[in-house]
Amino acid sequence: MSSNEQIAIDVRGAVKRYGDFTALKKISLSIMDNEFFTLLGPSGCGKTTLLRMIAGFEDVTEGGIFLYGDEIENLPPYERPVNTVFQNYALFPHMTILDNVAFGLEMRGSSKSEARTRAGEMLELVQLSQFSARKPSQLSGGQQQRVALARALAPQPKVLLLDEPLSALDLKLRKAMQLELKHLQRETGITFIFVTHDQEEALTMSDRIAVMSAGEMQQLGSPTDIYERPRNMFVADFIGETNLLEVSVDNITDGRAVCHLGGGHELTCNEVEGVGVGSKVHMSIRPERLFMSDEPAEGESLKGRVKENIFVGTDITTIVDLADGPDFIVRTSNSDRGNKRIFEPGTEMFVNMEMGAARLLVD
Amino acid sequence: MAAGAASGGSATTDTYKEARTWLLLPAWVTLAILTLAPVAMMLVYSFLTKEFRGGVIWEFSLAAYDQFFFDRGLFGDEPPKIEWTYILIFWRSIWQAGAATILSLVIGFPTAYFIATRPESQRPIWVFLITIPYWVNLLIRTVSMKFLLRDNGPFNDFLLGIGLIDSPITIVNTNFAVQLGLFYSYLPFMVLPIYAAVERYNFSLSEAAADLYATKWVALRRILLPAVKPGVIAGCILVFVPSMGSFLAPDLLGGAKNFMIGSLIEEQFKGNAGNWPFGAAASMILLTMVLILLMAYARQQAKAENAEG
Repeated sequence: MSSNEQIAIDVRGAVKRYGDFTALKKISLSIMDNEFFTLLGPSGCGKTTLLRMIAGFEDVTEGGIFLYGDEIENLPPYERPVNTVFQNYALFPHMTILDNVAFGLEMRGSSKSEARTRAGEMLELVQLSQFSARKPSQLSGGQQQRVALARALAPQPKVLLLDEPLSALDLKLRKAMQLELKHLQRETGITFIFVTHDQEEALTMSDRIAVMSAGEMQQLGSPTDIYERPRNMFVADFIGETNLLEVSVDNITDGRAVCHLGGGHELTCNEVEGVGVGSKVHMSIRPERLFMSDEPAEGESLKGRVKENIFVGTDITTIVDLADGPDFIVRTSNSDRGNKRIFEPGTEMFVNMEMGAARLLVD
Repeated sequence: MAAGAASGGSATTDTYKEARTWLLLPAWVTLAILTLAPVAMMLVYSFLTKEFRGGVIWEFSLAAYDQFFFDRGLFGDEPPKIEWTYILIFWRSIWQAGAATILSLVIGFPTAYFIATRPESQRPIWVFLITIPYWVNLLIRTVSMKFLLRDNGPFNDFLLGIGLIDSPITIVNTNFAVQLGLFYSYLPFMVLPIYAAVERYNFSLSEAAADLYATKWVALRRILLPAVKPGVIAGCILVFVPSMGSFLAPDLLGGAKNFMIGSLIEEQFKGNAGNWPFGAAASMILLTMVLILLMAYARQQAKAENAEG
C-alpha cells in the first residue's frame, strides 16, 4: 500500500457490546479506495456486526468509523453514502423490479422518470432488462441476487457492502457470480466490502482479506499472504486444508528452527518471532506443497508408508503414515498424471518438501 | 373440489370422500343453526305483519320496508315521500362507526407495532395485557366510561385540578363520546390482526429502505404499510362492522340525539312497544349494507391481485 492511496473506510478501535457479550473487541482496519475487501470468518465471529456498523444498522459501543475522512458512526443509515446487498436480498415484494432498483435514486431526489431511466440502465448492466416489470417473487434466486446488486449500485454509493450475498445460490451459480462481482467491482471502481464464511470465495475475489474469529481480527493480508503465511493456528486451520502438527523446537540456528515431530522425525523450518527453543507449538504444512518419492529428495524428507489414496477429481489425496509419527496428507495434482508415479497403499516412500513449506504458528 | 375427490373411482378415495362428508357434518350443522337459521328467520319476519305489543302475525306484508324508506303521513293515506329519519340514523351509524374505526387505527396501529417489535418472549405478555380489560362485561365497561367522562366525573376533575381547563368539558351525550365508547369496545379487534401482520413482516425490508436513503417515515409509508395492509384492513372491518350495529355505546354515552341503527333495532324488540317486522327489516338492510361493503372490498382486492399478475 502506498501512502497516497485514499482510505475509503477507516475503522478505529471499534467495539460492539450487547449487554455483557462483546461481539467485537476493538477492531481497527483501513479499507482502501477501490479495493475488494473481504471480512472472512465462521458464523458468530463478528464480521456481519462490523458490516452492519458500517451500514449504520448497529450502534458503535466504542471507537469510530470514518468514510473518506468523515466521521459517520453517528449518522443514521439513510444519511450514509453506502449501500448494502443483503443476505436474503430484501427486495421490496410489492414493487416491480424496476421500481426496486429506482427506489434509492428516487429517495436521493431524482425525479421518477430519471430514476426509472437510470434503473433501466442498471438492469441492463446485470442483464435483467426483460424482467423489469416483474415482481421479485417471479424471479429465481440468482436473478433476485442480481436485482439486489443493481438496486444497491444504482445510487452510486461510495462503498458497497455485501453481506454473504452468494450463500443462498447453488455452487455453479455462485462460482459464476463470484467472477461477475469481481468484474463489476473493477468496472465501477466502487470499494466493495464483502462478508463471507467461505474461505475459497474470499481467496478468489478479494484484494485483501481480514480473517476474524470470536470478535477479533486474526490476520489481515492479501489472499496469498493469508494462505501461504498464516499467522496463527486459527487462520491456518480455517483457510484451506493443511497438515497441523504439534511440534517441539529443538534448537534454533541462523534463523532456522529444527523441530521434533515425534517418532524421531525432524523438520527444519524458518524461525518465527516469539517461538523459543523448547517451546511446544503448532506447525502447518499445506498438502500440495508436499511430494512423494522412492528416495529422499533435496530439502526436507520424512520416511513413511502410504495408507490410502483418495481420488477427488482434480487431485489425488494420499494419506501417509510416518513411522511412529503423525499422519500426513499429501495432495498430488492430476494434471500430469502420466509422469507421476502412483504410490499404492502399503508402499514405503519419502514425503518431501522445500525449505519454507513448513510454517511455525504463533498460537 | 379436493384432488382426492376429483380423481374418484378407487376405493380409497371413496372412503376418503365419505369420511370427509361425515367429518364436516358438525361444522355444517353448527353453521346452519347459528348463522343461516337466524338470518333466514330475520328475513322471513321482515316480510310479516306486526302484532301490537310485540310479535308477528303470519301474514305477508311489505309494511316494514315501506316504513323504513317512505313517509305516508300520520294516517298512511298521503302520497309517499322519502322518509329521511331512518336514512339519517343509518348515515349517522356509518359516520360514527367510521370515526371509531379511524380512532382505533390511529391508536391500535402504534400499539400493535410496539408489541410486534418487542423481544419474542415478551410479546404474549403484551397481547395478554391488551385483552385484560375485555374480561369485564361490555355493559359495565361502558357504564364506567360514562361515569369517568361525565361533567363532574374523575376525568374533568383531573383536568380542572391540573388547571388545564376552567370549567368541565361536556363529553357525555356527544358524538365524540359514542366514538370513544365504540373505539374502546372494539380496540383489540384492531390491534390483534395488525399485530399478526407486523410480526410476520420481514424487518430487513425496512433496513433495506433505510439503506437506500429512505427516512423512517418514508420507509413506514412505502414499505411497511403496503406489506401489512391485509392486517390493517382486517382490523378495520372487525371494528367497523360491529360498531355499525352497536347499541350499548350510543345508548349510554350518546343520549337521545345520537341514536344509531343498533339502538333503533334494539328498541323494536324491547318490551311491548316494539315492531318486530320493522326491526327485522332494519337488520336486513344493515346486513345488506355491510355485505355490499365487504364484497366491494373483496372485489377490489381480487382486482389488485390480478393486476399484480
